[in-house]
Amino acid sequence: MRWDQVTVDVRGWRQATESLIAGRRTLLGLWGEPNRVHMASRGEDEIAVVSLACPKGSFPSVGARHSPAIRLERAIADLYGLKAEGTLDGRLWLDHGRWTVRHPLGAAARSKGPAPYAFLAAEGESLHQIPVGPVHAGIIEPGHFRFTASGETVVRLEERLGYVHRGLEGLIAGAPLDRAARLAGRASGDSTVAYAVAFARAAEAALGVEAPSRAHWLRGLMAELERLANHLGDIGAICNDAAFALMHAHCAVLREQVLRAADVAFGHRLMMDCVTPGGVAVDLTPAGAEAVRDLVRTVRERFPLLIDLYDDTASLQDRTVGTGIVKAELAAWFGASGYVGRASSGGFDARKAFPYPPYDALEFEVPTRDEGDVNARVWIRIEETRQSLSLIDQILDGLPKGPPTAPLASGAGEGLALVEGFRGDVFIWLRLEPGKVTSAYLRDPSWFQWPLLEAAIEGNIVADFPLCNKSFNCSYAGVDL
Amino acid sequence: MSMPRLLAEGILKSALTEPAPDLAELGVAFEAAARRRLGRSLSIRQVDAGSCNGCELEIHALSNAYYDLERFGLRFVASPRHADVLLVTGPVTLNMREALERTYAATPAPKWVVAAGACAIDGGLFAGSYACAGSVDKVLTVDIRIPGCPPTPTALLKGLLALMEGAKR
Ligand code: SF4
Repeated sequence: MRWDQVTVDVRGWRQATESLIAGRRTLLGLWGEPNRVHMASRGEDEIAVVSLACPKGSFPSVGARHSPAIRLERAIADLYGLKAEGTLDGRLWLDHGRWTVRHPLGAAARSKGPAPYAFLAAEGESLHQIPVGPVHAGIIEPGHFRFTASGETVVRLEERLGYVHRGLEGLIAGAPLDRAARLAGRASGDSTVAYAVAFARAAEAALGVEAPSRAHWLRGLMAELERLANHLGDIGAICNDAAFALMHAHCAVLREQVLRAADVAFGHRLMMDCVTPGGVAVDLTPAGAEAVRDLVRTVRERFPLLIDLYDDTASLQDRTVGTGIVKAELAAWFGASGYVGRASSGGFDARKAFPYPPYDALEFEVPTRDEGDVNARVWIRIEETRQSLSLIDQILDGLPKGPPTAPLASGAGEGLALVEGFRGDVFIWLRLEPGKVTSAYLRDPSWFQWPLLEAAIEGNIVADFPLCNKSFNCSYAGVDL
Repeated sequence: MSMPRLLAEGILKSALTEPAPDLAELGVAFEAAARRRLGRSLSIRQVDAGSCNGCELEIHALSNAYYDLERFGLRFVASPRHADVLLVTGPVTLNMREALERTYAATPAPKWVVAAGACAIDGGLFAGSYACAGSVDKVLTVDIRIPGCPPTPTALLKGLLALMEGAKR
């Protein structure tokens, strides 16, 4: 992957912003360090990072003209105290006034304590508001949803997140590499492999180390098992939210079988801490490989039945078709990746666009659809499940021999990586000093998907929200960190 | 048509559900009398107090056919008002602390608190963060701790069954 990092002045920063507005480049991330901000974007075949010093504690707002950046800037303001000049939304985002300090990663100041949050106004006759969360009815992550409805119809949804902000980037800064890697693997538990791979690749890029090829292939195997487990779980859960429990029960059985195979192969059901900078922590044994082959056989046998069931059930289709539509232009504007982007005509997949091993040696397709509804997001998952099965076969057939790790040099530098998780592209940027990480930025794909959920639900009935929400399955922990 | 086939299989094939985990290793004495008391059920309200969501994935797995939580009289409920047990995960972020306290307050007595996962027990890797209280017992009295990162479904099941035994004595 080609990437450049350049330091710019305010003019250069504005130019970089223009290229996003014009659609020539897609925003990958926007983050702070004490007295500095960085913006990463992708073009056709390269990634660029522009960095701007902020001696006065502010920088020209990107979000004022490019809305996908708004929440990223709010997070920078909360964590580092760096203000986006000209922003249209100066409200706190991660900081709920509950921490002991403000700007914990910048010039820390005393907290002012909690203040009421000003939700956007929606005025009109007979509109009513429905507050939901942070504690929800089901077993899901906490967040607050504020619906404004006219009768049954949602006029506006506004999300308020930050409840599971654990201070992850602050904990990584200053941590030795191995501890930092374990923290990164807990950004979003369902994507622990994707985060661990992205972290390892960024660290390896910073140190100029290449992991051995067997490690790359085993990382690929873990990543596809993770994708398989999550897609199977999601397909079932979406159907469950459309009151079709049969699908849910069968998908949950398959998901459990994936986790059991992962446990046999790598010693942990979710494969946490199995990918480390320099390689992988666990090598695959013949017994592990056999467990994965058995799994692939079972899923190949059972999954087509479930797809037929989904396809044949009119009452289910009635709920998913035409519900929660995301328009293609909006998805592209946000650079939404994963099934949310691909169900709305977006074809971006980090495994293809910036091929990293083992994907540069494997054959697979990136499915896309144009409808942008719940049904399309289900079908992308179905297609990707099939692709993952084929990828797992290819990996097991072609797994190179050799050591599973390479020794890591101690060194300093900056590195970044873009890795395709089940939800979309995970971006990680790191700055290393000998023996430790000095700053880190982890950007979950959900940053560019949550805002689309607000758009998707508009005009739908309140009762369809759980279904829409599940079809997005955005991460709270990955965004709140 | 796959629906009839799937339904027929459900009747004809043996169940996937596995036998109850062995609680002896947890030091829980399982007398016949205690067994009989399993007739009553416990309702569980899960609260994510800053989890990475890994714990929730395994808590979800408890409902799949292999573990089938409900056969033990344990079930998840939507409202704390219906709950006997709060199953709490995460290092208790300061942003979730009040919501956790309010959920506890909304739960009628008698009630029990389970801290599930390394984060809930002692903050795990998040101990010492400016954004976390650090463990569930900093906020609520914890009755039982289930270790793991995340705890496996079997570990969760054992912990919950142990609580159930203890709770009814
Ligand atoms: S215990 Fe582990 S899996 Fe559970 S919330 Fe903490 S980091 Fe995540």
